[in-house]
Amino acid sequence: MRYMSRILIGGSILLLVGCGSADPSATGGPLAMRRLTGEQYRNAIEDAFGSQIEVAGRFEPDNRQEGLNALGASRVAVTRSGFEQYEAMARSIAAQVTSVELRADILPCQPRSATAPDDACMTQTIKELGRTLLRRPLSQEDIQLRAEVASRVAEEQQDYYAGLQLALASLMVAPDFLFRVEVAEPAPLPDEPSRLQLTNLSLASKLSYFLWNRGPDEILLAAAERGELAQPEALARQVQRMVSSEHLASGIRAFFEDVFVFDQFEELSKDVTQYPLFNSRMAADAREQTLRFVVDQLVTQNADYRSLFTSNELPMTRSLGPIYGIPVRAVDGWENATLPANQSRSGLLSHASFSMLHSHPGRSSPTLRGVFMREALLCQTVPEAPADIDFTQFTQDVATVHKTARDRLAVHATQASCRKCHALTDPIGLALESFDGIGKFRLSENESTIDTSGNFDGATFSNAAELGQAFSESPLVSACLVENLYRYAVGRKQTNGERRLLRYLEDTFAQQGYHVPALMSDIATSEAFRTATAPSPQAPKAQTVKPQTTYIDRTEFDDKTQLTLIVGKGQSI
Amino acid sequence: MKNSKSGGINRRGFLRGTLGGAAVSVGLPFLDIFLNTNGNAMAATGAPLPQRFGTWFFGCGMNPARWNPSTEGIDWELSPELLPIAPMRHRMNILSGYSVLLDGEANQVHRTGVFGALCGGAPKTADTVTGPTLDVLISDAIGTRTRFRSLEMAATGNPRHSNSLRDVSSVNPAEPSALGFYTRIFGPGFSDPNAKDFSPDPSVLLRKSALSIVTEDRKRLERQLGYSDRARLDQYFTALRQLEQQLELQLLQPPPLQACSTPQAPVDLPHDTEIDNVMANHGLMAQTLALALACDQTRVFNMQFSDRASSLRMPGSTDTHHTLTHEEPRDTVLGYQPNATAFVLKSMEAWTQFCQTLDAVPEGEGTLLDNCLVMAHSETSEANTHSIVGMPFMTAGTAGGRLRTGLHVSGVGESASRVGLTMQQAMGLNVGQWGADQNQTDRPISDILV
Repeated sequence: MRYMSRILIGGSILLLVGCGSADPSATGGPLAMRRLTGEQYRNAIEDAFGSQIEVAGRFEPDNRQEGLNALGASRVAVTRSGFEQYEAMARSIAAQVTSVELRADILPCQPRSATAPDDACMTQTIKELGRTLLRRPLSQEDIQLRAEVASRVAEEQQDYYAGLQLALASLMVAPDFLFRVEVAEPAPLPDEPSRLQLTNLSLASKLSYFLWNRGPDEILLAAAERGELAQPEALARQVQRMVSSEHLASGIRAFFEDVFVFDQFEELSKDVTQYPLFNSRMAADAREQTLRFVVDQLVTQNADYRSLFTSNELPMTRSLGPIYGIPVRAVDGWENATLPANQSRSGLLSHASFSMLHSHPGRSSPTLRGVFMREALLCQTVPEAPADIDFTQFTQDVATVHKTARDRLAVHATQASCRKCHALTDPIGLALESFDGIGKFRLSENESTIDTSGNFDGATFSNAAELGQAFSESPLVSACLVENLYRYAVGRKQTNGERRLLRYLEDTFAQQGYHVPALMSDIATSEAFRTATAPSPQAPKAQTVKPQTTYIDRTEFDDKTQLTLIVGKGQSI
Repeated sequence: MKNSKSGGINRRGFLRGTLGGAAVSVGLPFLDIFLNTNGNAMAATGAPLPQRFGTWFFGCGMNPARWNPSTEGIDWELSPELLPIAPMRHRMNILSGYSVLLDGEANQVHRTGVFGALCGGAPKTADTVTGPTLDVLISDAIGTRTRFRSLEMAATGNPRHSNSLRDVSSVNPAEPSALGFYTRIFGPGFSDPNAKDFSPDPSVLLRKSALSIVTEDRKRLERQLGYSDRARLDQYFTALRQLEQQLELQLLQPPPLQACSTPQAPVDLPHDTEIDNVMANHGLMAQTLALALACDQTRVFNMQFSDRASSLRMPGSTDTHHTLTHEEPRDTVLGYQPNATAFVLKSMEAWTQFCQTLDAVPEGEGTLLDNCLVMAHSETSEANTHSIVGMPFMTAGTAGGRLRTGLHVSGVGESASRVGLTMQQAMGLNVGQWGADQNQTDRPISDILV
């Protein structure tokens, strides 16, 4: 169904494009208020104070919504213990910044005396560092309030830096530091009173967090302060500059870490008897390997996105060598390797990171892998499974008849209610069975030969490499990337009004050769990205639509994130 | 909730009042606890002992036919899966048969059971709950005058393994490591109530000033936000206010507490879901918690022994507890899944050890456990079919004499809200009726209330 409608709509868009139509006008959805992720917090501290500051502390877990932490960031608040951590981090950072060793390097001015207040220097410091931290110029009141308290403390304690520490800490626990609060103003369109546009400063933050995963730099902030981002040409120039910046790699990394649910690596553990090779260094390297691969392909080589699913190149470390059966010369660090031809490996789907993450601690799981591919890479919803099936009716004997995962999963085909889900997840998941629970190549399980052949949406494949090829050719794969990237950029699901924009972006992405930086640029300069609808002052109406009778056993598939409530992506298959 | 009033009462003044034999108006029901302690007052000061509430969670339930005792009342017969609790049975109650009534909503597997019981109603959607969880309601009433409103721990080493929430946008993260948990309580900021001399840390005042600056921003920000973001901002300011209160307390000399002593820092063990590591970390966390309670650092806690859809695993196994409950064949002779059931027994063993750890700390004329009420619970009864009918609940401790113990009460067909209402009333909350829709109840389990 979805596939059909996509073709029809895509066709009409193509016609429009042929007529020279630009970005279809779409007003963006509701404004977002997003909590900084741990990585964004670290980047903000680095931008304000430099890289020598150590950020020690624990961040509250992210909250995955609709498959993305970026959407959860628009939903989470701050808990009591989370705030306790923020406050402790703020104090530790402020103490480091004002320490005898670092103060001269970091602070914009020296007080006349370290043992007395100095209003001018205090004010200047709060003004300059506050602007970087809060991503906006501080109001006179913001500065005054902090400077007064800080000076009083400096006076009482006879310590200028004790006062400054307090002022800096108060900036780092401020709600508009910890949250990126989008602010909008009425758009200059009298016929559309409900239409808002982001303020220049909000737009600057939104751009820089989307493209760089960090706050605006001096050039962008200054342009925003001058109001330049309201002019399309100036905005396009800024976006062009940002997409060409070295920081783009961080932005792309952050996006793919989110889509690939790599935060689950934090809690990944394996059974050491089943996987004696496995250790935490190997897991960290596997995660980093995939991210380096993605950045190298998409940024350094500016390659076609679809080649992620077919590329045989892969950066390698010595700890990963045994998984891939590749001898690695480098004792420390990374070297480029080519995947061995006899393991049917090619592209992302055959990376150790995916195999490790989407497995149980003691064995692989075609179902977990299938769900991940359907949801994260194809933006599909796996239908609900019944809650009340007594699985023990399917007796299994691993020693004799149910030696391979395919044998064991075959019993699901005997029940219509099981088949519905497993027909979607298992055929593609079973293609990856040649990689065990940590991604090591194998030909058999319990001495029985593994069959990795199957069918993906009409395309037959015989192994993981061929499945990768089929993924690279599927229009769903590139459409899903566009959808995920757009949602990530705006911090929410797309609205109905934005659907046409997504189709347009998909088509442009294809026409331009599937280059992700170009797609990011298209999103960043789209009208929907910089406009918004007015926030609702009222509580949303109670949900009247009852959920269907059962929910999929999400914990089975996502048991590392108990509190992340993924409820599908609003697309049926 | 009379929470706001409690903030206005000076606890010291209040306690002095009771000491002097003055008539004290008990307008705030949760303060009853201070008066109804059966004489269990601190010898040192005469101050009543603090009363605490906690939850203890184990994932993937039990086998009803083997767990539910066959007889009720005081001399209930130990069932096969309750054998591990034998040494502590007289300090506990078994509450069987209580269910989350679905009210036409979906059974969201491994979710509806736990939030149905803790929030008093079956959640309507996968990203909502019907109200704050029980521990949050209780900490709003009794947790405002301690350094921590509540403490959350996960023996599985995963901060996401927590069921404690005000709403889905603010889930209280769990402490994942025993050492981290220890440091948070007994590290910097801990003030020994029994220390000979007390001088308030001057940096505390500075920290308060830094926070007070931020509150000035509230109005400006609120104007810019829609309804749901304003609610999130409110939660931010609630968290900030709670830290301010915590700091205010640190300026006062804490009253001496005989049961309080500062423990040694625990070793940092590997923390993951392998059962031996979970048992070891759980034991260390319980010991730290016991002294945190004895030192009155918190009065509310939530321990997660395992997660919802338990990811516990035995060394060398290809399965987790959760996958076993679905995939292990039922032994034809035994009639149950032996490997999955092994985790039920481990859970009961750990629960018993937890209670014994609290019971090992002498306090007043009894033990710390006497001045606690701990509710053990799970998200299912039989995990194989995700059943939320007849879920397992247990309590331990008497909340200072508010509860009878040693009983098995069967509540077949009744809403689990009755358990939650009983917990609130036992902790002195002024709540007559609790729960949503079909799960609403005004009947506590009077069999166990004194």
